[in-house]
Amino acid sequence: MTSTLSLRRKSVNAIMLALTGVCTVAAVGLLFFVLGYLFVQGGFSLDLNFFTKLPLPTGEIGGGMANALLGSAKVLLLATSIGVPIGFLAGVYLAEYANPKYAAVIRFVTDLLNGVPSIVIGIFAYAMIVLSAGHYSTYAGGIALGVMMIPIALRTTEEFLRAVPTSMREGSMALGATKSTTIVSVVVPAAMRGLISGMMLNLARVAGETAPLLFTALSNQFWSPGWSQPTATLPVMIYNYAISPYEDQHRQAWAAGFVLLSLVLIINITARTIVGRGAKAR
Amino acid sequence: MQPKTVTEAVQEVISPPLAMNTAIPVVGPKLTSSGLNFYYGTFKALHDISLDVHANKVTAFIGPSGCGKSTFLRTLNRMNETIKKTRVEGKVMLDNENILEMEVSQLRRRVGMVFQRPNPFPKSIFDNIAYGPRINGLTKNAADLAERVEKSLIRAALWNEVKDKLNKSAFDLSGGQQQRLCIARALAVDPEVLLLDEPCSALDPIATGKIEELLFQIKTTCTIVIVTHSMQQAARVADFTGFFLMGKLIEFDTTTKIFKTPAKKETEDYITGRFG
Repeated sequence: MTSTLSLRRKSVNAIMLALTGVCTVAAVGLLFFVLGYLFVQGGFSLDLNFFTKLPLPTGEIGGGMANALLGSAKVLLLATSIGVPIGFLAGVYLAEYANPKYAAVIRFVTDLLNGVPSIVIGIFAYAMIVLSAGHYSTYAGGIALGVMMIPIALRTTEEFLRAVPTSMREGSMALGATKSTTIVSVVVPAAMRGLISGMMLNLARVAGETAPLLFTALSNQFWSPGWSQPTATLPVMIYNYAISPYEDQHRQAWAAGFVLLSLVLIINITARTIVGRGAKAR
Repeated sequence: MQPKTVTEAVQEVISPPLAMNTAIPVVGPKLTSSGLNFYYGTFKALHDISLDVHANKVTAFIGPSGCGKSTFLRTLNRMNETIKKTRVEGKVMLDNENILEMEVSQLRRRVGMVFQRPNPFPKSIFDNIAYGPRINGLTKNAADLAERVEKSLIRAALWNEVKDKLNKSAFDLSGGQQQRLCIARALAVDPEVLLLDEPCSALDPIATGKIEELLFQIKTTCTIVIVTHSMQQAARVADFTGFFLMGKLIEFDTTTKIFKTPAKKETEDYITGRFG
């Protein structure tokens, strides 16, 4: 009786271990397969022209995505300069000033905003900005992505500020510092590494967003001077080229995917290195 | 209080510590608490505390955990106000001013505090000390600030250990050094009173000894109030001792009197270890 019971337990244990193990291998393996495939396809498709030339008219072989690289940079710059300050300051309010009752409400609303599908943010920006301005534009794309960055910037700020020990705040207050001086001169600097890496991960997340840009920045075959014309961006170029029937555009889509992934990876690794160094310094 | 010159401060460190209870005559009360009640929400944590803290003396508060000694200490620089739903009744006079009616940042500049665990800021050693003078606008220029930082580190007997690494992170220091850094940081704004909340509870005996030695030097220029779990520490450093129990000040007298001939049975029970 006891031996059959223990045999049953042992076999259940073995099955569970096998099942979870196989699924982990499958998950990690798939991820590496995707990465590897993209690196092989994209790496071989990449050439210097990609970084320096404009796209050629459909059907012609060659050309590059220089305008999309610059377009993505501009859209992300604008998004960061909208999403990070708003999210950061609201996060400071939430962590340092908000009454716990309202804080719960703010947190809930922020999480809802974070859960809004990106295509819905795109439609919203289209209705509010593109329709009222009468044209697609770089700034419409930047604002759409900026809105997407707010909730994460806010929650990241809140969490890293909360992680700063109360004793540090007390040390500052005990020297005659006001609350705002304490936040600016002690709390935020103490959380700085975390904040920077959080903002970088936030940027990496929206860098690959395509849906909100389809309705706002649209795309462009040429350079897009200033902020009020449609602009090409890497994700939208990938989308357009991947669904086109031309072999050479497929090749360029792979190259763009490779470049985008590399950028996101570099940002991720840099961010994690910053946090890692901070942990060691304590 | 006039800031001293560096040479004066150095001399202070070099000269041997003054013997307890002798060299300085009692000049009168620096802080006077009368009828002080304190509430956390509806819980009354302090009951009618009245006592005088004498200038240029070390006053210690002892008592079991939760007896209110730290709460009382934290009302003296109004740190308790940072906790929500607290209320204070009564009066605490600093010289001739009621601290409860003073501007709080002004009060905290005059009444400094050192905490249970060293809490240096994530800045360089220099910037930790310079923080107080900077936010209070106490120095005119960079040379002035550097001099004040040096003087404060000398007063906290830390100068020789850190003078070559002022730009290093404060976290590189040992626990005992960090606590002396926190003392130096508090001294940098020339407080009239220094409150210490169990400053040695996170330190080893050698670091504890250094801090206790330091208190003898600091009290020549500053009034000291210390909360401690260790009765031996109170006996070693304090001129006056108060015994707290369940939010009440049971007895307050000279340290010699409290430890040799306590007037109250509760005090005697606690001191002889028959309690808790």
